[in-house]
Amino acid sequence: MALPRDVRSDFPLLGRSLDGKPLVYLDSAATSQKPRVVLEALRRYYEEYNANVHRGLYRIAEQATLAYEEARAKVARFLGARPEEVVFTRGTTESVNLVAYAYGDAFVQEGDEILLTEMEHHSNLVPWQRLAERRGARLRFLRVRSDGTLDLDPLDRLLSERTRLVAITHQSNVLGTINPVRYVADRAHAVGAVVLVDGAQSVPHMPVRVADLGCDFLAFSGHKMCGPTGIGVLWGRAEVLDRMPPFHGGGEMIERVELERSTYKASPHRFEAGTPNIADAIALGVAVDYLEGVGMEAVREHEKSLVRYLLAQLREVDGVRVYGPQDPEVRGGAVAFTVEGVHPHDVAQVLDGEGVCVRAGHHCAQPLHRALGVAATTRASVYLYNTPEDVDALVRGLERVRRFFGRDG
Amino acid sequence: MLQELYQEIILDHYAHPRNRGRLEGAEVVVEGVNPSCGDEISLFARVRDGVVEEVRFEGKGCSISQASASMMTEAVRGKTLAAVRELVDRFRRMMHGEPPDEEALGELVALQGVRRFPVRVKCATLAWVALERGLSEYECGRTAQVVASTEDEL
Repeated sequence: MALPRDVRSDFPLLGRSLDGKPLVYLDSAATSQKPRVVLEALRRYYEEYNANVHRGLYRIAEQATLAYEEARAKVARFLGARPEEVVFTRGTTESVNLVAYAYGDAFVQEGDEILLTEMEHHSNLVPWQRLAERRGARLRFLRVRSDGTLDLDPLDRLLSERTRLVAITHQSNVLGTINPVRYVADRAHAVGAVVLVDGAQSVPHMPVRVADLGCDFLAFSGHKMCGPTGIGVLWGRAEVLDRMPPFHGGGEMIERVELERSTYKASPHRFEAGTPNIADAIALGVAVDYLEGVGMEAVREHEKSLVRYLLAQLREVDGVRVYGPQDPEVRGGAVAFTVEGVHPHDVAQVLDGEGVCVRAGHHCAQPLHRALGVAATTRASVYLYNTPEDVDALVRGLERVRRFFGRDG
Repeated sequence: MLQELYQEIILDHYAHPRNRGRLEGAEVVVEGVNPSCGDEISLFARVRDGVVEEVRFEGKGCSISQASASMMTEAVRGKTLAAVRELVDRFRRMMHGEPPDEEALGELVALQGVRRFPVRVKCATLAWVALERGLSEYECGRTAQVVASTEDEL
């Protein structure tokens, strides 16, 4: 395939067997596995230079601070951004909430509108519902067409001078659909709205440059891109971050504190109150190095060919219905499907018996499932370490599902 | 291991659910939800003179949640409210790992295999949570439609 080398052996967990069956991991849209270099970076930090950042005068504190800020620089380079535009958070959810509170509470007024899409993950929906409640704003929505793409026809009608903010996912965690965020961002900017892109499913899987997206905020998680859990990123355009008030108050984000009032640091530290997640930020930097070493173009090409194979194989299984676009050029590696007459939980349970890890449920996208007319789906999702053999194991498992629930008998 | 979860009787209730459908004029109407998977169940019960005369259910869900609901509707029919509460309690204790009272639980014992799959326990308890909630609302004199969640714990 498109990868420069075999990466599978870089991931210790992928060597596991369960009940004598090799583990087949097809749930990277939920969280990715971690390469050895990332695990080693975590261990090295804790064993060799664990110290708080930005304060200690001693050498290991300096080393920790350097490594932490170097991780920020790596992430910035990865995105084609400036380090001061990269805010470390706990993950995509916290990144979106940071914008909803810090930007939203400062700039969204009663009667303003926030434009979202029907295919959002709950993390890019619920924070805006809460903001709308706090501020008396109104939510508007772009709908999903039956082919799994966004219906953009009403976009210009939905955008107006009342639109303060547009929040849209770059790539659907259910349908795999890659949205034309550049187009949406340009239209949104034309009416003066700011644009947040949920990159949780895109940044790990394809080259993403913030200049190409044309957005103002980009949120994503470290654990879906070979990094540890508990670390994520909010990228914000410098001009927007500069006029945004803080989110949490506390140590690390202040310039000068008096009893009654304080002044705050500039971005990114203004948005990082308290001791940050030092170890996981450093390890995320190593994950970025790892992905760049493989090459994001190569990752994307590898996934495209795997998805092409996966879609073709699923078409061969009776009773399987795939949701979302069929063309790998316009979709990513998350593939949701149903098996006729078998609930997704039961599908996933039987697959688990075969060592195949997939996710079943609403994938934190209940409104989207309602639009698709199903309560739940089963989702297989691929990453750089998956192979056609993993797809074959999935298909064999699905044939077992059909036998087990008697649809072939 | 899978056979332990998907016992024949469970697959049978899933394929041929008993007492499926709405019940017009039911005193007890409950919407049960399992937020972890989005499964929903509507439960209807008719109560006369302290006896649960009939229970029906509607909704979409996995084999475990549907079979559990179907088996429950058969198990509680004709029982007094006190006897139903006792059965709910016995079922709860079985799902939490206590050895089941096989005589009292009858074919419901088939569901104990679910315990080995912790994420599926809520599938099995969904209908029971809904019934318990609905009956206690009824006993407080409230008959309006209520919502019960598996997060509220059976």
